[in-house]
Order: sequence, then C-alpha cells, then structure tokens
Amino acid sequence: MPAPLVEMINIHKWFGSIHALKGVDFRVNNGEIVGLVGDNGAGKSTLIKILSGLYPPDEGKILFEGKEVRFRSPKDAIRLGIETVHQDLMVVPYLNVYRNIFLGRELEKKLGPLKVLDIERMKGEVRKLFYDLGLEVASSDVPVQALSGGQRQAVVIARAMYFKTKLLILDEPTNNLSIREARRVLDMILALKKAGISCIFITHNLHHVYPIADRIVVLNRGVKVADFRKDETTIDEIERLIVSA
Amino acid sequence: MGLREVGINILQKKEISVTLILLATVLTFYSIQPKFLSPLNVEVLLKITPELGIVALGVTMLMIGGEFDLSVGSVFGFAPLVMSVMLQDGMNTWLAFLIVMIICLIIGATQGLITVKTGIPSFITTLGGMLIWRGLALVITGGHPMYFTPSEDFALIFTGKICPFIYSQLIIFLAILIILQFILERHRFGNWVYAVGGKREAAEAMGISAGRVKIILFMLCSLLAGLGGIIQSTRMSQAMPNQGTGLEFDAIAAAVIGGTSLFGGVGTLIGTMLGEFLSRVIENGLIIIRAPSYYFRLYIGIVIILAVIGNLYIQRRAVKLRVRE
Repeated sequence: MPAPLVEMINIHKWFGSIHALKGVDFRVNNGEIVGLVGDNGAGKSTLIKILSGLYPPDEGKILFEGKEVRFRSPKDAIRLGIETVHQDLMVVPYLNVYRNIFLGRELEKKLGPLKVLDIERMKGEVRKLFYDLGLEVASSDVPVQALSGGQRQAVVIARAMYFKTKLLILDEPTNNLSIREARRVLDMILALKKAGISCIFITHNLHHVYPIADRIVVLNRGVKVADFRKDETTIDEIERLIVSA
Repeated sequence: MGLREVGINILQKKEISVTLILLATVLTFYSIQPKFLSPLNVEVLLKITPELGIVALGVTMLMIGGEFDLSVGSVFGFAPLVMSVMLQDGMNTWLAFLIVMIICLIIGATQGLITVKTGIPSFITTLGGMLIWRGLALVITGGHPMYFTPSEDFALIFTGKICPFIYSQLIIFLAILIILQFILERHRFGNWVYAVGGKREAAEAMGISAGRVKIILFMLCSLLAGLGGIIQSTRMSQAMPNQGTGLEFDAIAAAVIGGTSLFGGVGTLIGTMLGEFLSRVIENGLIIIRAPSYYFRLYIGIVIILAVIGNLYIQRRAVKLRVRE
C-alpha cells in the first residue's frame, strides 16, 4: 500500500489552559475525499490550521508523501501543494475571474523586450477549467463580486485544479449556499477527485459530505472518535458520535 | 455584442460620471462667457493641467493599492527647491535633476517602509511627511522664493511648446498616463496593485508581497510629485517654498471624482485625468467669468459629492440592467 498523501500523527495543541487537540491521528490518501465533521469547538479548524501552516502543533508530527515536514507559514504548505479555501474566500472582489484565478501566478507572453499578461490564454484556460468542472459562467471578464457564492467557490476550486494542488482543504464550502449551488460545489469536488486531487471537506452538514466522501472522520472535544470508510457507517451513527458527550 | 450590451458596458465604466460632469461644466462656462473656449484659454488649460495631473496619477496608483499620500504637495514644493539650490551652486542641470529624482524615490521608500513595517495608517505617516518636507522647504529658503534656472535644453524638453496648444509637459503627462495604464491592465504588477488594494489577505495568500507592492507605489508617488513640481518651477522660473500647498487634496479629489475608491482596489487613471481637468476647468472658468476665486473650493466640494453619487447610481443601474438579461 502506498504511503498516504498526508499523515498527521499524535497531534496536540493547547491554547493557554485549553487542550484543543488531544493526540489526534489524521490521514488523507491520494485521490481521497475525507469528510471532517464535528460540532463547534470539536477541534476541526484547529487541526486544519495546523495542516495549512497557520499554527505549529505543540506535539506530534506531519508527514507529507511519507516525509516529515514542518510548516513555518501557509506559504510552505502551498509550496507542497496543500491549499486551503477558507470560509472567507481568498478572492479579490473587484478583480475579474481570470485575474483572480491566476493572481500571483499570471500567465505571460513576450511583447518585444517586455513580458505582458497573456489575457487570451488565461481566458482560454478558464473556459477549459470551467468546462471540466461542469460550469457555465458567462464570461471570465466579470468581477468576482458579481458572482454567486457557489460561483465564487468555483473560482477557487478552478484555481486549485489549474495549479495542480495535491490536497485541497475546503472549510465549510457549502455554507450559505442555495441547495442547487451546494449540489454544484459537491459535483466540483467529485471532478477534483477525478483529476487526482485529494480533498478535506470540513462541514457541519453531514448530508452534504456523506454522499461524496470516501471516508469520514469525526472529532469530538479534541479527540478523534471515529474514522470510517463510508460504507462501514450510516449518517445516524455519525450524528450520534458528533453529539455524544 | 448588441447595442444594449455596448450601452451597459459604457455605463459600467468608472469614468462615465466625471465625463458627463466635465462636459456640463465646460458647456456652462462657455454659455456664460464664450471666451472660455477661446484658443488662448484652451492653451492655458492644456499648459497648466499636466504638472498637477502627473501628481494625481501617482496618487491614484497608490490609492488603488489601498494607501494615501498626503505628502505629495510638500514634495512638489521640496523637490524643485533642492534642485534650485544645486543649480545655484553651478551643478549640471541633468545631474541635479537625477539626484533630486533619487531623493524623491528615497522619500517615497521611507514613507512606504514606515507605513508597511509599523502598520501605521499611511494617512498618518504621510501627514508627518507633508509637514516635514514643507518644513524643510521653509528652512532651506527662509520662506523666500528662489530662482529656478535650469539649462535651456532642460526647459525645452520639459516645458517647450511643440505646436499650437501642445506643450511638452502635456506629452510627458500623457506618456506617463499610458505607461501606467498599460501596467495596470497588461502587466502582472498591475494585477497585484488591484489585488493588494482590493483584498490584501487574498493577495498575500497567493504569495504576493503586499508590502513590496505598496512601497513601490509610494516611491512612484513621490517621484511623480517631485517631477510635477520641477515642471511647474521650470515653467515659472522659480521655486517657491509654498508651492503645491493643498495639492494632496486636489489630487485625491481628482482621483475620487474620476471613480477611484477611497478604500482601494478600484480606480482608473483616465478617470483621474478627467477629474484633474475638471478641477482646472472650474478654477479657470471661475476666473474667466470673473467670479471671485474663493468659489473654487466650494464648487470642487460640490463636484466631488456629485461625481461619487453619480458613479454609485450609474453603476447600480448598470448592474441591474445586466442582471435582468
């Protein structure tokens, strides 16, 4: 069996006297969608912040593709191919779609001695990406602020797809979305999986994660209380674990 | 693209409101006093606007990047004074110019570094800068105007008359405008400027150094402020310690009238150019119709508010029209 993409071993985190994570083991395999669920304060976001390089763990280690890694900042994690989509989406509202997707990694072409933005190519790539994700967005010229919540998710997901992210961490991606849009986002995550990108899907909403997840991990008060392949469990059982004291 | 689509696209342009106000203002002055559009007066407008417009371009770039520079008026006065001192010591004009431009870059870099490293709002750091550079200008001159006597070729290149209506400062202004607009639209740095001003965290999450982008913009802003001041001094053959007083607000006003947001991330240089012309048209028009010059600030104040309301209203309409499709 190949090494998992990411393995977090015996992770502890204290915030003052609060023991937020009490020795959590967590792993994501290649091309796997893992649902990370738990009630508020269960430690989901702390675990994810450690994995995305925002906090160091107080104890425990992280292996990426079998090698131990230490993240000093989110940049280190991004460099390895771990991207996090926060609830507060990392898009610039006034910039249009392609300028957002390629922000910081713009495609360029030569114009005499100068390097200028290759707008045609960026637009073309966005068209392709959206096609692969099964989306129609009328034009990549519209500012992101004019898009719906689901379309904004699509922008971020398209970015991960284009730049060959290995692991995409989605923090509550279906929050505040209409049912139809949430459905679209779930389809996009499946499309990512098809493209070989692993995904951690953090959510309160079991009904969103259950249909698409390969595995579901339940945290409760800083402890991992369950780690199931989906076919080993049911929504009811997970729900019981989330709320059990 | 149908006619309707074209119409919506025009309405969505940030410059639409300032364009309409500018046209209305010009027509108003013209109807009161036809001399307003006499060749002589048009030439005056095209002659005096560029030196201030150059400053407003830098201010606009910085505002798009999410920062302010209140020191531009003082740098506009300080730079030609320093150059004037060098010229009176017999230094070569071009060398003096080069040194002063470098000093301006250092001024911008310092203000930018302090702003970025300490996290103090640029409003404060550059307010400090505004007082410091003006204060230094007064110290150097003792409050008196100084002669500004660059070499003839320098004067010709920066303020020479090329043909009827066209002075070289207008060409310099337009060249800077085109270069900067090109950077904003077609270069990755422009994308970063919009991103850093629009949502700094998002830009940083994508690996862009927001601090570096801002410092470069501060440097650009001081550089253009100094250049504008030198052009004005060349045109008037003197450098005055109070030169450019109030210019910082004039430049911010031009940017805002032209559709630049006070909160960063939004703005166009064409809009600023139109805003600057509008300022000068009002100033000059009031003189032509023999209104007391005190009215100038009053009208500019009214225009700022009208232009911003106009922008908001027009753009909301445009979005509604687009959504309805």
